[in-house]
This record gives sequence, structure tokens and C-alpha cells, in this order.
Amino acid sequence: MRVVAAMSGGVDSAVAAALAVEAGHDVTGVHLALSPDRQQLRSGSRGCCSVEDSHDARRVADELGIPFYVWDLADRFREDVVEDFVAEYAAGRTPNPCLRCNEKIKFSAVLDRARALGFDAVVTGHHARLVDGELRRSVDAAKDQSYVLGVLTPQQLAHAVFPLGEMTKDRVRELAAERGYAVATKPDSHDICFIPDGDTRGFLTRRLGEQPGPVVDAATGATVGTHAGVHGFTVGQRRGLGVTAGDQRPRFVLGIEPVSRTVTIGTAEQAEVSEVVTAAPTWTGPVPELPFRGQVQVRAHGAAVPCEVTPADGGGLRITLGERQRGVAPGQSAVLYAPDALRGDRVLGQAAVSATA
Amino acid sequence: MTYLDHAATTPMLPVALAAMTEQLARVGNASSLHASGRQARRVAEQSREQLAAALGARPSEVLFTAGGTEGDNLAVKGLYWARRAADDRRRRIVTSPAEHHAVLDSVEWLEAHAGAQVTWLPVDPTGRVTPEALADALGDGSDVAVASVMWANNEIGAVSDVAALAAVAHAVGVPLHTDAVQAVGQLAVDFAASGVDALTLTGHKLGGPMGAGALLLRRDVECTPLLHGGGQERDVRSGTLDVAAIVGLAAAARAAVEDRVERTAQVAELRDRLVAGVLAEVPDAQLNGPALDDVVAGGPGRLPGNAHLSFPGAEGDALLMLLDARGIECSTGSACSAGVARPSHVLLATGADPARARSSLRMSLGHTSTDADVDAVLAVIAPVVERARRAGAR
Repeated sequence: MRVVAAMSGGVDSAVAAALAVEAGHDVTGVHLALSPDRQQLRSGSRGCCSVEDSHDARRVADELGIPFYVWDLADRFREDVVEDFVAEYAAGRTPNPCLRCNEKIKFSAVLDRARALGFDAVVTGHHARLVDGELRRSVDAAKDQSYVLGVLTPQQLAHAVFPLGEMTKDRVRELAAERGYAVATKPDSHDICFIPDGDTRGFLTRRLGEQPGPVVDAATGATVGTHAGVHGFTVGQRRGLGVTAGDQRPRFVLGIEPVSRTVTIGTAEQAEVSEVVTAAPTWTGPVPELPFRGQVQVRAHGAAVPCEVTPADGGGLRITLGERQRGVAPGQSAVLYAPDALRGDRVLGQAAVSATA
Repeated sequence: MTYLDHAATTPMLPVALAAMTEQLARVGNASSLHASGRQARRVAEQSREQLAAALGARPSEVLFTAGGTEGDNLAVKGLYWARRAADDRRRRIVTSPAEHHAVLDSVEWLEAHAGAQVTWLPVDPTGRVTPEALADALGDGSDVAVASVMWANNEIGAVSDVAALAAVAHAVGVPLHTDAVQAVGQLAVDFAASGVDALTLTGHKLGGPMGAGALLLRRDVECTPLLHGGGQERDVRSGTLDVAAIVGLAAAARAAVEDRVERTAQVAELRDRLVAGVLAEVPDAQLNGPALDDVVAGGPGRLPGNAHLSFPGAEGDALLMLLDARGIECSTGSACSAGVARPSHVLLATGADPARARSSLRMSLGHTSTDADVDAVLAVIAPVVERARRAGAR
């Protein structure tokens, strides 16, 4: 196949590109420039977006002897990912920008461009298995990234290649070291790539300004404090509430109401939910028949819990949780899995949380 | 492989390679007083004389540098600093937005850090600076430190009438620097006859090595050094002379100037066939820069090897990638340090809209170009543009 290898400059995408070359594909390396004002050197915990990262990617491409180009997708990224992120927080929801980037950038803008230019597929360094069109968890449970790929459609998956799903992250680093890549020991990136200092609240405050409102304790109905903006909060959050409850028990964010700018807090028990209602889902494969039993995961690094999925109004899903969960926020993606201990849990699809109970 | 990026760098001439290789095997610092040093000094000075003779300069006007970027920085900053030091009213720099970044960024640095004020010259739609525009910008010249206008544009090939520009500048007492990196070996470049005060050239654009160049600087022009140290080059430039590279540079310059008329006629013929062929294959493609047969001051108004075209609806970097995959190497003009393709600042300076600037491709021919290179492009350009347009419409 003629493939584009998306190369961030990290070890995963470097090894993915190398494995694609070694598998006999005709590979072209592409680094995505997602920010219009890129820093020269890497800073903080991001691992993809500086000029230094671009050079790291180019070094590997040159060693592989493959063409390498930088595609400027800064405008698309700003419109589809960053602005969406800000708008979601302003509306009191909690988005996952990595999911959004996979949906709108890597497997949409990049894939479309690659296909138009005559390529058959996009190769990435995601830790997930994709066999016969079925998307499954990586063998490395700790590094599994199937959650952020849960938004992909069968059409997108038909043109995606994930060479790393059958190996652990340690093995990826070994393969990089064997090939002499300097990125073999490059630290993992985490946090949100467009917020290099990791200060999401500060980033949102710079974008949205201070919008003070009340903090209301659901247990008493009393206003117990004020806050500088609902974008500083996410449902389930415990730290940084700036209030002390009279009963000395910890408080969690229960809900965010952006119009009245009210942040409601409550006890751990109140913060737990047993049911999730979603917007219309997307499916990675054939549309499953409802109702069905499976597992659901609501955060990139959360655990999956058993669930039953039934239809809800407006084409959405009602997901009844087998275990009560804390910190399920509107805007998050609920990714549905069919457990499979042998071949890896299969990703069925995802839907954005609209309400909880 | 079809190499059509001679304006980026052109293969070394065999005569330069041989001369340089021979010198590389020898020991000797040209500043040393012993026999090895004297030998190195002799070779370096022979090269200086050769280069001066090839370009109508005096040997003492040749300052060897590490290339075009250094020459441009030294001329722009050095003349600004020296002229400002002599008279503090001289704060203005007059230049055009179509210059190479070695000039643009030097000027902008002086503006940000050294109190310079910049007057941007208009360029005409072909990319050229006219003497009238320069005269307007200079005024009475009393507050101008330096003017800098390139001899020939690296992207769209526009040649300016440098002698006329120098006359205009001198009429109001302003020194003129010209970046002639693309001009030497392609056009008739005579330093004395041109009247300019400083002229930048580099080796690897004319068949010499990379990392070797020269600033031709009139003896009566004060220039503050960038690099301080041994003062090897007239106390204006310090650093141990890279004798081997200098030998290669001088040999290449001499050869390129010697066969210039004959070679550039052949290159221009190939270029004309390339442009005509591309326009036949892709009828809505647009030639950027001066007309192929344009004339300035009795010589070519466009660099003989330069073909710069826009393909509406296609992105330059997609075209480059698709041609690269088919063994054809060309350029989109400029990329930033991270490799992101940017719309050509030169085309934007000519008044072209950003879409046209982004859809452009530079193919530059040189001394190794052949009919087969032209044929290779013409065989694939139509389907490549067609495919790039599909990707552009995403």
C-alpha cells in the first residue's frame, strides 16, 4: 500500500512508520503542524508540537529513507479542536480534544488529503489493535488508546493502520533503540498538546475571561462560595473548589449551569451516577442491536464498567451502569466495548454524554 | 532523477571540485608565517585575484565569507552601524519586501534592536524595484544609512537595473548593497561598472562549494564587523580562511563567468520550452515574474534558469510532494524552520493574492539540465496538477 505515516516526533509514531516500511509499504512521513506559532524547543509535557519535535520526526524519516513533509493544519486544528474545546467548557461540558482531533484532523483532514493525493491509508502510532476492520484494545492495557479512537467510523478505519497494537510500550522503545532512534528514550507526552504548561484552567480563563458565579452546596441548598468562571470546573472534580463544607466531608462538582454560572457541589454519594444518557452514537463497525450488554468507559484513563445499553429519545443511548461512577460529565465520550479477553476488548462505538442520573 | 532546484544549490563544477580536493589534502593556515602558511596564503590570494577579475572588482574589495547569509548580514548591519556611527541622523534603511530573508530579517532585527526605521520599496508586478521608486523612497538621503536591493530575485527571477539604482542612491549620497547571489554566473555582473558599494555572492549557486562566499566591498565604504577576532579580511571579517573552499569558489566563479553567455543561452532555451510545455499541458497555469523574453538594461530581465508558475486550485506543497514521488525535484519557495510551506513572500510583495502565492512552484534549471529533464516534467505535470487540485478541494 501507499501510506502516509503521521509522525509526531515521538517514539510511537517513529516505530509505527518503521514497521510500515519493514512491512513493505510505500511510506511517506508527514508531520502535522497544528500551531501557527510553534516554539523552537519542547517544553512542558507535550511531545508533538515544537520545531524540535518536527526535527525528531524528520530524523527518523531520513534514517528510514522515506520522504518527509510537514502539513500545515493549524487553521483546521484551531477551528475544529481548540475552539470546540473552549466552547464546550464555556457551555459547562467537558470535552476530550484528543478524540476530537482524531475525528476531525488525523482521520479526516489528513486522511482526506492523503486519499486525494493517491495514498491508501494513514499509519499512526496509536496503541490499539485493528484487525479485519475490528478496533480492539492494545495488548498493553496501561498504554491502550482505543478510547480516543472510539469516534472513528468504519470508513475511516478502513484506511487506518495501527502497527503497535500487538506490543507493549516497552517493546516499542526496544524496537526504537534497536534501530538507533534517539527518540527511543523520549518521554511520553501527556496533557493537552495546545496547553503546554498543563494549566487548563489558566488557558480557559485567558480565552474566556473571568465570569464569576455562585458555588451552591446541593446538600444544603446554600451558596457556599463564588468562583471565577464555570470553565474552571469539570463534573466530578474535587480539588480547587475553594470551599469547606460544614460537615468536613469532601465535596465534588455535581453540575455546571453555564447560564446562571452556578456550580453545584455535593458529597461523594451525590457525585456518583448510575445512568448516562447520550447524544446520537457513532459506531466503529456494524450498528449493534439495542438493547445490549457490554462495557462503557467515560475517560481516556478510566476503567471500563459493565453496562446495559438501551435506546433513548432523539436517537441517543441510555446507558445503565453496573457500578456507580463518579465524575461523569456532559461532553465526555462514553466509549462502548464488547469484552473479549482473548482478542482484546472490541470498541463498538461512542456517544457524547448529555445527561446523567 | 530530474533535478530542477538549481536556485537552491547547483552541482559543483568539476574544475572547482578538483581544485578544492587538491587543497584539502594540504596543511596550512593562511595566517601562519612558515612555509605551509605561506603556501596557503598564496593560494588564497590567487583565488581572491581570480574572483575579483571574474567580477570586475579589485582584489582588495573581496572579503571572503561563509556564504550569502553572512554577506547579506555583514553588508546590511555593517553599513548601517558604520553610517549611523558617523552621523546619528542616518536611521533609515531602504529595501524591498521581495528580498531574501538574509536581508529582510537583518533589516527587521535592526529595526527591533538598533533603532532603525525601514522604508519598504514598492516592487512592480514582475518583482522588480525601479529607479523611480528608489529615488522616491530615498528623498534627499540625509537620514538614510543604507539601501539594499537584490540584483536578481531568487524566487521569481526578476532582474533589477542595479546600475541605475546605484546611480540614484549615489545622487543623494546613500550606499547601495545588492544581494547578487542568484545573479553571479547567470547575468553579466561587473562590480565596478555596476557602481554598487557592496555585493553579496555565494559559491554553491554557481558551481562552487557550500559555506563559501564573498562580500565585494568598495575600499572607501566603512563597514562595522559582525565577527571579531583575527581581522583576516581587511579587519572587517575575522576567521581563519577556509582556503580549500575559497579555491573552489574562485575556480567555480571563473568558470561560470567564462562560459556564461553560451551556457545561459542553452539554459534559457530549455527553460522556455519547459514553461511553454507546462502552459500547454495546464492551460490555466500562470507564469509569475517577468516575461521570459523581458529585457533590463540590455540584458535578460529574468534569470535564464528560472521558471515560476502558479497552478490555481492546487497547493504548492502538494505539487512538490507529488513531483518528488515521481523523481522530479523542485521547490515551493520558502519553508519555515519547521518545514511548514508558507505562501511566497515575494509573490505577496508583487501584489499577488495569497491563493496564487500558495499555489506556486519554482523550477530552476542550471548547468546540468537537459532536454530529458524538461520531458520528464511535461510527461507528468498534467496528472500531478489534476491530483493536487483534488487534494486542494478537500
